[in-house]
Amino acid sequence: MQVAFYISAVIAVLSSVMVITRLNAVHALLYLIVSLFSVAVIFFILGSPFAAALEVIIYAGAIMVLFVFAVMLLNLGQEAKAEEKKLLSGKLWIGPGILSLILLVQLLIILFSENTNEISVHAISPKEVGITLFRKYLLGVELSGMLLMSGIVGAFYFGEKKKKSKHRFLQGENN
Amino acid sequence: MNISLEINLALAGILFLIGLIGVMVRRNIVFMLMSIEIMLNASGLAFVAAGSKWMQADGQVMFIFILTMAAAEVSVALALILKIFGRTKTLDADLLDKMKG
Repeated sequence: MQVAFYISAVIAVLSSVMVITRLNAVHALLYLIVSLFSVAVIFFILGSPFAAALEVIIYAGAIMVLFVFAVMLLNLGQEAKAEEKKLLSGKLWIGPGILSLILLVQLLIILFSENTNEISVHAISPKEVGITLFRKYLLGVELSGMLLMSGIVGAFYFGEKKKKSKHRFLQGENN
Repeated sequence: MNISLEINLALAGILFLIGLIGVMVRRNIVFMLMSIEIMLNASGLAFVAAGSKWMQADGQVMFIFILTMAAAEVSVALALILKIFGRTKTLDADLLDKMKG
């Protein structure tokens, strides 16, 4: 179990690094899906099968399909790749890399300075998750329903094409 | 069989920082959005690991909320990206500063 955890952790980190270094958007998306799958494996090992299933179905299934369709609609060709290469110079990575490395070292020092907490793996069933979700966090469910509604309205507003032609009743007037 | 909580939180931190580097370095909006997805996923991992440590379902509930938020955010952001690309024919975030209101 521990071996599987470390393997999927390494895969998650490597594929996430590949996501932020690719030039082609579709390649980056495929690596992102690999990263999400490996995180789903980690969820499963940690005893959260419901979260693992949601990660695969919603994240890797729905959200990534949305991404792929948007990238297809953008219709980026070879020139986009060349342009991306021009935007991405090597020394751009130095500043953010060093700053993030400092943050990471601080985090690791804080995490490993005290005695370790072992996780004794005990699977939390979807039933428990559902009971907690709809009893303790009912207000959160309502609020996320509102959030999704506003997401739908926002996506519809930004996505709709402005009509060029007027309605036939208005065509004769002030034009 | 025993995985320490620290190594999970460290993994979540590493993934979060990879996403943060991505947001800071890339100038293409699509790649910035993907990096934000990596960061959200890392925070979900931290929640699930902590919930698994205390044997409570709350961590997974928080993960569901993060998932909901990510779905709403991605749908609006992708619609915006399509609109921006249709209007300016570029995805470079630095060139979009002409959008002054």
